[in-house]
Amino acid sequence: MNLQEQTHTLDNGLTILTKEIHHVPLVSHWIWYRIGSRNEVPGKTGISHWVEHMQFKGTPKYPINVLDQAISRDGGFWNALTSLDWTTYLETLPAHKLDIALDLEADRMVNSNFDPQETELERTVVISEREGNENEPLFRLSEAVNALGFKEHPYRNQVIGFLKDLETITREQLYGHYQQHYSPNNAVIALAGDFDTQVVLQRIEALYGNIPAQKNHTSTPQPEGALDGFQRVDLEGPGDTLYMQVSYRSPAASDPDFFALMVLDSLLTGPSSLDMFGGGSISNKTSRLYRLLVEQDKAVNISGGLQATIDPYLYDILAILPPGQSEVEVLQIIDDEIKRLQDSPVPEQDIQRAIKQAKALFAYGSENTTNQAFWLGYSAMFADPSWFERYIPSLEQVDADRLMQAARKYLNADQRILGIYHPKEGGE
Amino acid sequence: MTVNSINWNNLPGPESIQRGSLANGITVLSYKNANVSSVYMVGLLNNGSSLDPQDKLGLAHFTASMLSRGTLRHGFQEFHEELENRGASLSFSCGANNTWFRGRSLAEDLETLISLSAESLRQPAFRPEYFERVRAQLLAGLAIREQDTGEAASLLFDQYLFPGHPYGEPTDGFAETIQRITVEDLQSYHRQYYAPTDMILVVAGAVEDGQVFDLAQKYFADWENQHTQTTALIEVPAAPQGLIRKHRHLEDKSQADLILGTRGPQRTSPDYLPIYLGNNILGQFGLMGRIGESVRTRSGLAYYASSSVTAWTDSGSWEVSAGTSAENLEKAIELIREEIRRYVAEPVSVEELEDSQSNLVGRLPLSLESNAGLANAVLSMERFGLGLDYYQHYAQKLRAITPADILNASRKYLDPQRLVITSAGPGDDIL
Repeated sequence: MNLQEQTHTLDNGLTILTKEIHHVPLVSHWIWYRIGSRNEVPGKTGISHWVEHMQFKGTPKYPINVLDQAISRDGGFWNALTSLDWTTYLETLPAHKLDIALDLEADRMVNSNFDPQETELERTVVISEREGNENEPLFRLSEAVNALGFKEHPYRNQVIGFLKDLETITREQLYGHYQQHYSPNNAVIALAGDFDTQVVLQRIEALYGNIPAQKNHTSTPQPEGALDGFQRVDLEGPGDTLYMQVSYRSPAASDPDFFALMVLDSLLTGPSSLDMFGGGSISNKTSRLYRLLVEQDKAVNISGGLQATIDPYLYDILAILPPGQSEVEVLQIIDDEIKRLQDSPVPEQDIQRAIKQAKALFAYGSENTTNQAFWLGYSAMFADPSWFERYIPSLEQVDADRLMQAARKYLNADQRILGIYHPKEGGE
Repeated sequence: MTVNSINWNNLPGPESIQRGSLANGITVLSYKNANVSSVYMVGLLNNGSSLDPQDKLGLAHFTASMLSRGTLRHGFQEFHEELENRGASLSFSCGANNTWFRGRSLAEDLETLISLSAESLRQPAFRPEYFERVRAQLLAGLAIREQDTGEAASLLFDQYLFPGHPYGEPTDGFAETIQRITVEDLQSYHRQYYAPTDMILVVAGAVEDGQVFDLAQKYFADWENQHTQTTALIEVPAAPQGLIRKHRHLEDKSQADLILGTRGPQRTSPDYLPIYLGNNILGQFGLMGRIGESVRTRSGLAYYASSSVTAWTDSGSWEVSAGTSAENLEKAIELIREEIRRYVAEPVSVEELEDSQSNLVGRLPLSLESNAGLANAVLSMERFGLGLDYYQHYAQKLRAITPADILNASRKYLDPQRLVITSAGPGDDIL
């Protein structure tokens, strides 16, 4: 293990992951909470995300504008994200300003105001965010496919939540959700950059040491296994563009099969990174489905989507079709190619290529401090912090045999969802 | 350490940027970032969509899109295997005045990146099958653009901000103009306008001294300026003289995208820096500045509402954008105009000024952290003739700006009674 990387846990359960990097005078600080749309119950979809918005509305110590100013002065960057399994808050700032981030996050772990008037103002902001998403055909398609992909599991819902819930969730429910889930034992701090680990740990102990651990009583859903048969959903909207999404059950990130599926995705639709904060991308013009679909004028674009999640989720193949192209033919081509992966071993050089591409993406992502801290905390949310260190070695363990097994287990034509967004008849 | 102890001489400057010129007019710059194992390349040529004939809008963009579709030496698949097998990427794009190329690779693959760039720029194949394929892809992109509220509002905005000028036309053209373009048009455009004169190539990352210049020499030095035509710059029309309000109805949309603004300074104008700083106060600082505070934080009308300044060599634009429901659209416009009114009526407070100065100075290390950030910064200094020591004096220049400087500069451009206001989404057309 890299000596610059350390893990510590306070008595109240707060986990701290640190990685010293001294070549740029920057530090990136993230606090991750194990709460996301996965833990939401019917009637309260979107509540985790709305709570995240309320965390920017101030505490007695850092009223709304002071908070903003404290970070933005001196060039800090801050943001937050709510996802399926987690909610995270980040600040990347000049190294000497780190204390603001430490102090402010410790403060808003327990002291946020949730002012009733601010809560109402934020209701319309969140609804506006949802309406912006609804403008996108791919959001609507994904919402429809996910609803079929899970019977009960909250992964069937979008993180933003349903409009009817956003209209009715109360201030008391928001505040209750916050109090229930924001505690040191439910959080992980990830820090990368130009700091001294011992100094920072003392400071974190001083800031968080007195915040007690608590029982979070987090709703934990039952993971759902293989999809039942073949399902299809058709939507329509204005325009000339047909979007097609084919979704299969994907393994949890902690499942060794996850890495085999990553390689399969790379072979089918091209390399992609799990990284959410910068780093480069590599084009997919030599991937199998690009050659078979785009190079044969049967699609204008092809991509794949695999997410690292706690429970099994969905792996998507997404194609944009030219006007008049039959989706049945495209689906058949995808099926035939997947059948090849199920029936015959992938050449070793193709596997090595996928690994080289993953390494290159990893190198690009390592160019910035924000990203390094992201990876530390991110992997702790769905597996454990060492998942990040084992990422490339785990990919290297994937062989032709495992790829064939994974293709047979996960990519079956009779266990999937087909979603089509059709141009409306007689539309523009 | 304090901000004042940031070592400004450690920022890219004349001592650390290697700069050289080839005899054919290409300027080559490189910056060594010792902490990484990868490289980032960015470059530009002096041609773009401003050269498009009116009946063939999108020609320059179509030409650039064809560059990565195979060269005289490499077929499409071979070309992309060279790149993708190495985990490298190379792409081409086109703006109003420039054609851009950008690439990224591990350090050991820099030569591949530069040699394939040279091949693409100098000897693209324009094979007919790829010509039709790319045309279909471009048309699909335009069909998606047609249904995108943000894009539709932006198209209208440009059209009315730059009436009759190429800046008012979309770089990617329209379906009917793309349909008219032939493969001969692409070949002829390439022959006439692709040339080394004024080309800039920048690489940042794990590079050795002299390496980038040597590679540029190897792959670009024998590119001659033969058939190229020079073009007269078309004069930018006058800024809007009143309020122009346009809206495009798009079916089945939940909210509208709004753009509101006017012309901004050119990049080399003395007004640029005061306005860049002032705009930070108006619509950037913290949660989207005064505009975000008014429209989002205090009124809850929109998820986003912010302002930005874009500056080119001969003009610029100053825009506020927001997304809001149809019923709140007019209210959001009024709130934004009210903030503009206040912004040009009275100087910003000293506190606001200091906050934004600190913000812009303090975030410099962050923006110059990655190879891409470094390469783009070096390119800007070269392209706009800012001097290679620009970032070393940046803090000093920003700190010297006063509230009166911001007010005086801003008033030359921003006027709440003279704005282009466009939107797209639910609601009847206003066209």
